Amino acid sequence: MAEIVLDKITKRYPDGALAVSEVDLQIADGEFIILVGPSGCGKSTTLNMIAGLEDISEGELRIDGQRVNEKAPKDRDIAMVFQSYALYPHMSVRENMAFPLRLAKVDDATVQAKVNEAAEILDLVAHLDRKPGNLSGGQRQRVAMGRAIVRSPKAFLMDEPLSNLDAKLRVQMRTSVSKLQKQLGTTTVYVTHDQTEAMTLGDRVVVLRGGLVQQVGSPQFLYEQPANLFVAGFIGSPAMNFLPGTLENGALNTPLGTVTLSDRIRRLAEAANAPRELIAGIRPEHFEDAKLVEGKPGGSFTATVDVLESMGSDKYAYFTVEGETATTAELDELAADAGSTDVPASGSSIVTRLAASSGAVAGQPLDLWYDSDKIQLFDPASGKNLTYTE
Amino acid sequence: MSVDIDQVTDNTKPAPPARTTGRVPSGAGKKVKWALIDILVVAYALIPVLWILSLSFKTADGLNDKSFFPKEWTWKNYQDIFKTNEFVSALVNSIGIALISTIIAVVLGTMAAYAVARLDFPGKKALVGVSLLIAMFPQVSLVSPLFNIERNIGLFDTWPGLILPYITFALPLAIYTLSAFFREIPWELEKAAKMDGATPAQAFRKVIAPLAAPGVFTTAILVFIFCWNDFLFAISLTSTTSSRTVPAALSFFTGASQFEAPNGTISAAAVIITIPIILFVLFFQRRIVAGLTSGAVKG
Ligand SMILES: Nc1ncnc2c1ncn2[C@@H]1O[C@H](COP(=O)(O)OP(=O)(O)OP(=O)(O)O)[C@@H](O)[C@H]1O
Ligand SMILES: [Mg+2]
Repeated sequence: MAEIVLDKITKRYPDGALAVSEVDLQIADGEFIILVGPSGCGKSTTLNMIAGLEDISEGELRIDGQRVNEKAPKDRDIAMVFQSYALYPHMSVRENMAFPLRLAKVDDATVQAKVNEAAEILDLVAHLDRKPGNLSGGQRQRVAMGRAIVRSPKAFLMDEPLSNLDAKLRVQMRTSVSKLQKQLGTTTVYVTHDQTEAMTLGDRVVVLRGGLVQQVGSPQFLYEQPANLFVAGFIGSPAMNFLPGTLENGALNTPLGTVTLSDRIRRLAEAANAPRELIAGIRPEHFEDAKLVEGKPGGSFTATVDVLESMGSDKYAYFTVEGETATTAELDELAADAGSTDVPASGSSIVTRLAASSGAVAGQPLDLWYDSDKIQLFDPASGKNLTYTE
Repeated sequence: MSVDIDQVTDNTKPAPPARTTGRVPSGAGKKVKWALIDILVVAYALIPVLWILSLSFKTADGLNDKSFFPKEWTWKNYQDIFKTNEFVSALVNSIGIALISTIIAVVLGTMAAYAVARLDFPGKKALVGVSLLIAMFPQVSLVSPLFNIERNIGLFDTWPGLILPYITFALPLAIYTLSAFFREIPWELEKAAKMDGATPAQAFRKVIAPLAAPGVFTTAILVFIFCWNDFLFAISLTSTTSSRTVPAALSFFTGASQFEAPNGTISAAAVIITIPIILFVLFFQRRIVAGLTSGAVKG
């Protein structure tokens, strides 16, 4: 168990690439922290620096108050689970899990006891004498976890440990990882670019972009109070809808029409010196079928349903609204990361989550309502959230 | 990589010709067809070998009897070749020279291939290019210069006189084969070992070396066969039994009288020199477990 502190950690690769820039992070003892961000944002690099597999260019890394920049990985007492599992193919499952203990010169009886205990926890007892090559993906993943937990290290580092599993297994393993971490209470740094994993697993989430920390906070806080456009677009699935807007006398004008902002938002925008031209963000669940809403303040518009996905508990309706689209560097990067190819030729695409009782029909026009108190306003120049409150 | 001949031919076999009977080929019929083709290929490769084996057991009179099986079996040819000092010393030379060349080439090749596969260093492309160039260089054009050089510096007709050119031509082969193997090893395993508490030396010894072993053994076999089979350098750079290897010595065999072809003894010698190769391959083949690295990474 350990407290890990990253003090202005910077990584510059020999070819000049700045992968991680001045990351400040305090990871409390026993905390489960998630590093999330699009591909190439420096997640693995950060993790490898904590592990000792990459040198730290600048800054200081402290584990339990001790500077460890110069320590070799084996002297840091940290275990790592790799995305590829990195199991030793010439060793049986038992030998794989025993390997760290053997290196630590633990006596034979203890090795057997610890390996059996870990196998018990991870449900691997039946496979102990098999080679990794003969295991399924999920079993391999568990062996990798087993190898990490046997020697009770100070901390676990996991680099996208579930990304090679199929969707169903991933959900299963996600719960087991979470349970295991709670059970062991070991400080864990977990890298993912899956925002569902980020939302469900961690005590706190760190959103990275281009080597810079965008925001640190609990999953719920990041969802409700994203510090900027990037975090707003990255956290949440389906993602937040963004529309260009103009603010005039407390009324917001977007391609969805004009809406009077709630007092709360108006005050926040004023306090933040909101510019006239800005970007409005509305989460899918803050839309509703207008017929199902009565008397609540908000804007309304009519649009044709492009696609309707009924999930049973609710319905996702997709629309295209004509007019200008919101474009900034952040939004382009998010779109590229999400691999969205079906960008409408003109206008912005809107995703809404409606109640199951909504009468929406694909191809038919629908009256929609959106909550004027849940609109978030962003500065297009800096990307800053103008409605952000601590 | 496998040196199993059947397996190699399996992959290169042409597609079976379309049936003309109009019947849909059944699973069993297909199997029979492939078995026939396999037998054909194996027979094509093995009949000359069996012919030589048969010749080596024939008596001098039976050599030209055009029968596949000897009418009269005899060990005389084998006894004859081992009676002459010529063949025995050639056998010793062959084994010694091939083994020493193989060991040196594989050790140097392993280090070079490790660097080529793992490290980024200036001149890497040049190194790979030059070694490819050497491999393609026509050996025949080197024979007379080498002959003159070796005579002048006293290497002619010595073991080092053959070992040196063998290493030169075996090294590119070794570097190529080995670097292909090294590239296959997931280097994340080395990182994992470090995280598990291994020193770099322990990581190499316990994780990388066991995985690299099949590549090293395969390369050793290829290099050994290359050195063992060489005739060109062996015939031109040796003159006495002190360094003449078997392929060269064979060409100096004479019959019992000068009017008699030494076919019987040559066949016997050919059979004998095949044995070390077979042993070498059998011995190392157990270590060449194809796909040993499977299961290390991903699903
Ligand atoms: N060895 C290296 N040399 C130079 N640049 C590198 C090296 N490794 C990574 N980078 C660069 O550093 C940046 C961060 O890489 P990193 O591997 O940390 O990304 P990541 O967030 O883990 O991405 P992914 O989700 O794709 O794994 C990238 O822009 C990458 O190109
Ligand atoms: Mg990564």
